[in-house]
Amino acid sequence: MRQAVGLYLTIARGAFRRYSTYRMATFSGAVTNSVFAVILAATFLALWRARPGLGGYDARAAVTYIWVSQALLVSVAAWGGGFQDELQTRFRSGDIAVDLYRPVDFQGWWLATDLGRAGFQLLVRGGVPLAVGALWFGARLPRSPLTWPLFLLSALLAVVVSFGVRFLVSLSGFWLHDAEGLRALTGVASMFLSGMLLPLTLFPAGAGAVARALPWAAIVQLPCDVFLERRHGLAVLGELGFQLGWALVLFGLGRVGLRLATRKVVVQGG
Amino acid sequence: MELIELDRVSRTFTVRSKAGRLRRRRHEVRAVDGLSFTVRAGECVGYIGPNGAGKSTTIKMLTGILVPSAGRLRVAGVDPARERVALARRIGVVFGQRTTLWWDLPLRDSYELARRLYRIEPARYAANLERCVELLQLGDLLDTPVRQLSLGQRMRGDLGAALLHDPQVLYLDEPTIGLDVLSKARVREFLREVNAAGTTVLLTTHDLTDIEQLCGRVMVIDHGRLVFDGDLAGLHAAGRSERTLVVDLARPGPPIEAPGARVVKVAGARQWLAFPAEQSAAPIVAAVADRYPLQDLSVREPVIEDVIARMYAGAVGG
Ligand SMILES: Nc1ncnc2c1ncn2[C@@H]1O[C@H](COP(=O)(O)OP(=O)(O)OP(=O)(O)O)[C@@H](O)[C@H]1O
Ligand SMILES: [Mg+2]
Repeated sequence: MRQAVGLYLTIARGAFRRYSTYRMATFSGAVTNSVFAVILAATFLALWRARPGLGGYDARAAVTYIWVSQALLVSVAAWGGGFQDELQTRFRSGDIAVDLYRPVDFQGWWLATDLGRAGFQLLVRGGVPLAVGALWFGARLPRSPLTWPLFLLSALLAVVVSFGVRFLVSLSGFWLHDAEGLRALTGVASMFLSGMLLPLTLFPAGAGAVARALPWAAIVQLPCDVFLERRHGLAVLGELGFQLGWALVLFGLGRVGLRLATRKVVVQGG
Repeated sequence: MELIELDRVSRTFTVRSKAGRLRRRRHEVRAVDGLSFTVRAGECVGYIGPNGAGKSTTIKMLTGILVPSAGRLRVAGVDPARERVALARRIGVVFGQRTTLWWDLPLRDSYELARRLYRIEPARYAANLERCVELLQLGDLLDTPVRQLSLGQRMRGDLGAALLHDPQVLYLDEPTIGLDVLSKARVREFLREVNAAGTTVLLTTHDLTDIEQLCGRVMVIDHGRLVFDGDLAGLHAAGRSERTLVVDLARPGPPIEAPGARVVKVAGARQWLAFPAEQSAAPIVAAVADRYPLQDLSVREPVIEDVIARMYAGAVGG
């Protein structure tokens, strides 16, 4: 058990450090994030001036929603990416064979890799837009100090849920020569359904209710709401429980899918 | 002790190809076809054959990432596909065209990962790392990001990564591909040491010199079947291998006549003379130097593809 924890920590730390070697890409990414956030914030402010209280957020909460969701965007890979890109190139080059003979669980390897990446990107690509937004436009920061650790936990679960979705999409690489189309499609769906473009409370009633029950809601909407302290007491645990539930379900599905996929490769040849 | 045992192992792949607009034809490729051999602990075996012969497929089955379609396979007493993870801790694999190292990080980090992956005890890790650093001359490279290493340096790094956990068997799939003469020599020197220390080595290569310098035994596979199993001299005899003497004369002239050799090509003042590989070049060189205006000469070793082609032609032709 201790050995396994040590192994996965080493993998995650490796991924964290690998991403930190791309300084220029990280810097320009953080700038892009911030610029994007500022444009969105200006739009949201105009919208909320016309319709105060829209979707249950006041104007200040609405712009904060933008800082937080932009801070999460890359870290939770709301439109795909992260380990998914790496895995895709490994399918194409055949390096996937190397991954398969390592004495480590394939799914665990990539989850640890993605968590390491997400950790780095939350720090840099998350911290910068959040700071820029809060200083320039102001933000509704958490009142209770307990909210910060809860938010981090929620962000962690968001990455795991997002990993679950992306892992299932990636597995198609075992069957399809070109998984790019499926990936783009799920990326767009994820942008909408996660609440990345608009809070899900702004969706028409029926569609909104459906979207709030789907796993994507756990990726952006929920951590934002935790940050904004929209629920109190045990209700917060309900939100985290919702994320944890989807994380487990998707991880389990990924496991089944992986078994089928490796069986196919190992037994039939890819 | 038999470390590797194959008993009539076959592996087929189903390939779909387009036949017309909508129809797709399925057909079977027999990558490995009824292969049987054994390798004893401590041997160093060259595993050669032309492109597409089934070498990499065999190695993939030996690591457990590919299941045989038929036949029985054992490595260190276990069925690789069934006990892939347990076996992985006892074998080392190097694919010349791929890397197990973390591209963006210093070599040291990948070794640290190997320590965790293979659960190597600290003392053993320290000792093995020291040995690899010394033998592979990795000292200056440990703190260099892998993407900044040259091909030869990276290959040495990969060899180190495959050996930190003291594997019983080392599979090498073209470890010298793309390396210059000096790097090849270093890799061979290292492999010789590894084998001398008791590790069983199965080496796939297209370079006969690798085999010559490392392997007491060579197996040739073609179309998934074993067509030769013996020592290198036996291979040359079976393939009626020929070496080539390239002779530069002072001026163009008629084909050279020398006992035991025949001219296979003439281009201006340069002539190519073929002679049996097991025969010494000295008497031929002496005869040529004696009777012709010799300026320069060199000897070329046979290439695997020619040896196999001739061996095959010999078998078919009678
Ligand atoms: N996954 C696969 N699907 C379909 N056919 C395959 C697959 N892997 C290998 N083959 C086929 O099996 C045969 C043997 O391939 P293999 O890679 O084992 O050859 P090799 O001896 O390693 O050749 P090389 O010297 O070129 O590396 C080839 O005809 C190849 O096309
Ligand atoms: Mg090969």
